[in-house]
Amino acid sequence: MAVDWKSYKPVLIPDIPNLENIDVYVKNGGYGALKEVVTQDKWGHSDVVNEVKAANIRGRGGAGFNAGLKWSFMPKPDGGPRYLACNGDESEPGTFKDRKIFEYNPHLFIEGALIAAYAMQVTTIYVYIRGEYISWVRMMEKALADAYDKGFIGKNLFGTDFSVEFEITYGAGAYICGEETSMLESLEGKRGYPRVKPPFPAQKGLWGRPTTINNIETLANVPLVIKNGAGWFKGIGTESHPGPVLYGISGHVNRPGVYELPTGVPVMDLINEVAGGIRNGKKLKALIPGGSSTPVLRADQLVDTCMDADSLREAGSMMGTAGMIVMDEDTDMVETLWRISHFYHHESCGQCTPCREGTGWAEKILLKIRNGEGEIRDLDLLLDLTTQMEGRTICALADAAAWPIRHTINRFRDEFEAKCKKSTHAVA
Amino acid sequence: MKDNYSFTKEDLEEIEKIKAKFPEVMPATLPVLWVAQRRFGHVEPPVQQLVADTLDLPAAHVHGVASFYTQYYKEEKGKYVLDVCTTTSCQLCGGYKMLHYLEDKLGIKAGETTEDGMFSIQSVECLGACGYAPMMQVTNDVYVNNLTEEKLDTVIEDLKDGSMPDFESVGMPQFEKRK
Ligand SMILES: Cc1cc2nc3c(=O)[nH]c(=O)nc-3n(C[C@H](O)[C@H](O)[C@H](O)COP(=O)(O)O)c2cc1C
Ligand code: SF4
Ligand code: FES
Repeated sequence: MAVDWKSYKPVLIPDIPNLENIDVYVKNGGYGALKEVVTQDKWGHSDVVNEVKAANIRGRGGAGFNAGLKWSFMPKPDGGPRYLACNGDESEPGTFKDRKIFEYNPHLFIEGALIAAYAMQVTTIYVYIRGEYISWVRMMEKALADAYDKGFIGKNLFGTDFSVEFEITYGAGAYICGEETSMLESLEGKRGYPRVKPPFPAQKGLWGRPTTINNIETLANVPLVIKNGAGWFKGIGTESHPGPVLYGISGHVNRPGVYELPTGVPVMDLINEVAGGIRNGKKLKALIPGGSSTPVLRADQLVDTCMDADSLREAGSMMGTAGMIVMDEDTDMVETLWRISHFYHHESCGQCTPCREGTGWAEKILLKIRNGEGEIRDLDLLLDLTTQMEGRTICALADAAAWPIRHTINRFRDEFEAKCKKSTHAVA
Repeated sequence: MKDNYSFTKEDLEEIEKIKAKFPEVMPATLPVLWVAQRRFGHVEPPVQQLVADTLDLPAAHVHGVASFYTQYYKEEKGKYVLDVCTTTSCQLCGGYKMLHYLEDKLGIKAGETTEDGMFSIQSVECLGACGYAPMMQVTNDVYVNNLTEEKLDTVIEDLKDGSMPDFESVGMPQFEKRK
């Protein structure tokens, strides 16, 4: 049951010129949802949480957790500071969508974060953007200053007793800082070492205070849910994974880019119709559906697969960030996997032995295979290594590194074996 | 002389604004390292010391932070640092070809700086521009998308003349007609 995507009209980044300008945004109803929740009696704090929970906005940062449910984990206010940390680190290879929100509809995200702050009675919002995105940081600084000027942020919003501050800060190059507790460490001005959980950020987050972390795109959905209702949101895309998605399509397609469509669009439609098909008339070989950590799928596994959590799980992968990396028939899977494993080794923070050593060994063995010096038994060594890396570490980077290794080798075993058989050691 | 680093009055004003964003002083470490790098072009140990002194934080802390994050230049680099992305999407679309073209053109390898101190080349991890591959970032600033050899030639010539590439706004292809 494929969703009807052809008649879909974007709502996260609608086709309205200059929407990044606050006056244009306001003219189009912007900050109306914020005003409504802050001023109208029918919107108590928990009513907002419940509405967002009912909408089932599944986190767009990769893990797909229901945003409203996450908000409900925040403890009762005790008079001290409480934080919302917005994750704009966007560093998972294949992912380049949140920057579109910064550039084309920053106020939708700002409004969403403010509504979230109201719902959770947060006192200060931080948005953390990757340092390389300095051009987009500047855009956000402007948008934030404009929102302050217009009185949408600050003390006693709309004459009520609700007050909130909003600060922007940025990193300096480290993929790991996208992991939520690493981001908190980085925000606190330290090296980005992920924290051991529990305690979870809702209990002890920034400076030991209750904190919720959400992705930028997740928060951009919030004003739409308030304005149109959870029922409307659930009517977009698939039932168990509803809503609009910013699909980032890259690799060997004719028209790469970010496209806003509902969840549940057939993968083949996205590749062939939305992104204009494979370059140079080549055939499709494989797809990484949601950022480099999500398991690669062969073309034959994609035939009836759609871009939503259930369909992708059935096919043997995950939705991740919906950053789709498309590979044509000429792609060398050994080369591709070696480069992915190099990435995770480079980005491991080194705190946990299985991750630090595992990513290092994986890269070394894959480099050996790539250089034509591999042996068949190296493949099994690699597979064994992945089981030793998974589920044994402080954060999920080790898992993210292990999945592509296991699934790429299993799904393209012939190609890896052929490379090993041709190698200098094969005769021995 | 070289070790005599100090912030200007404007820098110190900016640092005060940064500190005001946070309930403590330590969170200012990353942003103030940025202020320093923009001022001095790098954050070598004497600059790290200046940051530590300015924020009244231990030098070891500032050093630990500076060395954790890849965008800080722990040693002096060329005037222009060319960060060529070679991660998956860029790799698939010729990122290494672009890197090697630059290496040949400038006569240095990734990680090195030209003798005249003009250019450094680095092979870097995904910069979040995967749909516009292959791409590079110039000195932690502008992104240059959809690289070709010709485009690289132009960018290098312009940089030699002291002019940075323009910011390229890449729209949503769904709304191409709007432009
Ligand atoms: C290694 C690693 C890197 C991550 N990078 C990002 C990132 O760049 N952006 C992001 O939003 N979430 C990232 N995440 C997920 C976050 O930890 C967190 O789940 C997410 O920001 C929560 O927001 P959401 O529930 O709204 O998706 C990463 C997770 C891991 C383990
Ligand atoms: S799993 Fe890897 S990245 Fe995560 S904390 Fe451990 S060593 Fe660091
Ligand atoms: S892979 Fe090069 S920008 Fe993402």
